[in-house]
Amino acid sequence: MQLTDKHREYWHKNLVITAILMVVWFIATFVEGWYARELNSVTFLGFPLGFYMSAQGSLIIYVVIIFIYARYMNNLDKVYGVHEGDDE
Amino acid sequence: MSAVMSENRAFLLQLRKYYGIYTGGFIAFVIALAIAEQMGMSRQWIGYWFLFATIALYAVIGIMSRTVDAAEYYVAGRRVPAFFNGMATGADWMSAASFIGMAGTLYLSGFDGLSFVMGWTGGYVLVALFLAPYLRKFGQFTIPDFLGARYGGNIVRSIGIFAAILCSFTYVVAQIYGVGIITSRFTGLEFGVGVFVGLGGILVCSFLGGMRAVTWTQVAQYIILIIAYLTPVVWLGIKHTGIPVPQIAYGAVLQKVAQLEKKITDDPKEKESRALAKAAADEAKAAPKDIAKATAARKELLDKKLAEAKASNQPPHVIKSIEDAIGYWPSDTTKAAGFFAGRANLAANAAPPRAHAEPFPGKDEAARDAARRNFLGIVFCMMFGTAALPHILMRYYTTPSVRQARTSVFWSLFFIFLLYFTAPCLAVLAKYDVYSNLVGSRYSDLPAWAAAWRLVDPTLLTITDLNFDGIVQLAEIAIGGDIIVLATPEIAGLPYVVSGLVAAGGLAAALSTADGLLLTIANALGHDLYYKMIAPTAPTARRVAVSKALLLIVAIVAAWVTSYKPGNILFLVGAAFSLAASAFFPALVLGVFWKRANKWGAICGMVAGLGICMYYMSVTYPFFRDLLGVTQPIASYQWWNMNAISAGVFGVPVGLLTIWIVSLLTPAPERQVQELVDHVRYPVLSGDIETRGT
Repeated sequence: MQLTDKHREYWHKNLVITAILMVVWFIATFVEGWYARELNSVTFLGFPLGFYMSAQGSLIIYVVIIFIYARYMNNLDKVYGVHEGDDE
Repeated sequence: MSAVMSENRAFLLQLRKYYGIYTGGFIAFVIALAIAEQMGMSRQWIGYWFLFATIALYAVIGIMSRTVDAAEYYVAGRRVPAFFNGMATGADWMSAASFIGMAGTLYLSGFDGLSFVMGWTGGYVLVALFLAPYLRKFGQFTIPDFLGARYGGNIVRSIGIFAAILCSFTYVVAQIYGVGIITSRFTGLEFGVGVFVGLGGILVCSFLGGMRAVTWTQVAQYIILIIAYLTPVVWLGIKHTGIPVPQIAYGAVLQKVAQLEKKITDDPKEKESRALAKAAADEAKAAPKDIAKATAARKELLDKKLAEAKASNQPPHVIKSIEDAIGYWPSDTTKAAGFFAGRANLAANAAPPRAHAEPFPGKDEAARDAARRNFLGIVFCMMFGTAALPHILMRYYTTPSVRQARTSVFWSLFFIFLLYFTAPCLAVLAKYDVYSNLVGSRYSDLPAWAAAWRLVDPTLLTITDLNFDGIVQLAEIAIGGDIIVLATPEIAGLPYVVSGLVAAGGLAAALSTADGLLLTIANALGHDLYYKMIAPTAPTARRVAVSKALLLIVAIVAAWVTSYKPGNILFLVGAAFSLAASAFFPALVLGVFWKRANKWGAICGMVAGLGICMYYMSVTYPFFRDLLGVTQPIASYQWWNMNAISAGVFGVPVGLLTIWIVSLLTPAPERQVQELVDHVRYPVLSGDIETRGT
């Protein structure tokens, strides 16, 4: 089993998207949580924003993060020829 | 290859058809019972129907999926499509604590309870990005399998087995407890009988068909539990917000709750009742010493108040409320003890209501900061625990491909999200109902649900007239969290059949999680310990037979432990997360992302992470402190005021750091290990090694 440059590039791209999404996750979780009191002074859809994010907003962001990751990687597999065939 | 694919595709279509018919059938069943109720079927029979029909259904799926093949038994033949694996993971994940307890916790602790909502959803981001696709490519049967292959040797595997059993067992006890509570409440069976009826439901399924049966049952259970959770909330939402998707519109209700909180805080009658709440609670706490005397004192007081009220010509509703209180105060001491236990919960009412949406309240800046740190600490532990609990990670071994494993995490979180973004909404709607309808009503004319539930169990709902004005004040209500979900159908004014549906949903949540956990424990013993370490030459049939026998034993031991009713379920569940996070997360993730991580690093890291986590819990949690005879004050052991439940905050970084340092101090792993890491990183690799378990 010999890794080519293409393989290394695939793995590198995987690390980059993972890192980017982790930053988003960190902001939606810990930065949001830390400043929840301050965010509450803003009203969003009738909710105090800090409450809204913790009860719903951050959750939606998590779902979207996973959706983007799955799509991006499933596509990347094909581009770099490491995909498993065409099952859904 | 293409034959396999078209087979998978046909299987998917078949599944859609079956579960579509099943969902329709279940709805028809509920409608039929609703009609039967109108025609006079008793509540107890509705309870029995829901209990036995659903358990029978799970049993049928279990029997249909029976198997003795290893890959079928351990990983459902690796043919579970992403969408259905998502549903199964949802049911596996959402336990009795999520279904029944979550909305109640949010009702009682407002914003601060959201740490669980965030933690138990955000953890899936870690599962998706760091674990699921790689574990699927690895493709064996258990989490200790991966640790054993990646780090080599039986020591790592043994630590993995120990940690998997430790956290799964803590967790399964909480589930079986939930099963006992639900069956006994809705059918009137004894708690112990309820536990064993539920256990039968769990066993008939996992015992016969292992992961295969558990998977298809969990899909069925998810459908029931989500219908059961959403139905009453949608109804209550229409009542209070006017639209059937209350999750997006309850901001307005939250504002009304905030106004009511202010009004209640300033109301003179409320202040009067608040001033009396502490004394009433203290009196109730002292009552168990001599129940008969406390009961007599209570009756005497009520008689005196009645005489006073009559003498001073109080309005009729005041007199009637005292007469009712005399009438319903029990004479038998066991029941009276329950009433006093309920009254003891009034203690919290001495303070004005907390603002629901306010994060981290506290008396001064230091207390608020500590509350914030603990909020984030719980979020951290629940997230990393999610990404380390073996019964969840195991589910991603069952998809047909890496590709589907990734998509499957998306579906998992989506199905979990449906319940978790509803729970905070339910808490707010229920609170609005209590603050606006129950508070201010006359004792002689309580809302029907409140009048019924205060008789069912005083620890769930106690309403008592502290200032004898015949009107309910908020300070006179003590609510147990579990009632929020259990009573929602009645609060919303729905027929009893919906209450039965909610009970069936709670049961499905508890059973499905218990299934997954028992299987994890039995597999750790049967597969990892027996097959991999003791008898590597054992034939498949015997391996599966040993796993099945162990499953039975573990289930019985778990039920036996549960019959002692161990306290504080939420702490047990939280502890399982912190333990799992500290033991598994660092070794699993570095195992994939850092080729240099080696055996000694993993051994030291797992022991150090788990060790620091267990140490912190044992010196800061009252139960363990008593057990070990720790006497110095909790605060002197606490680091940064962290509570025991968040011990993983220390365990995870210590584990990561230890693996890093020890790995660098010891020789790099062999070439084969490097090849294994490359193997799991790429879905397909030319000249790849084969690691799939058979």
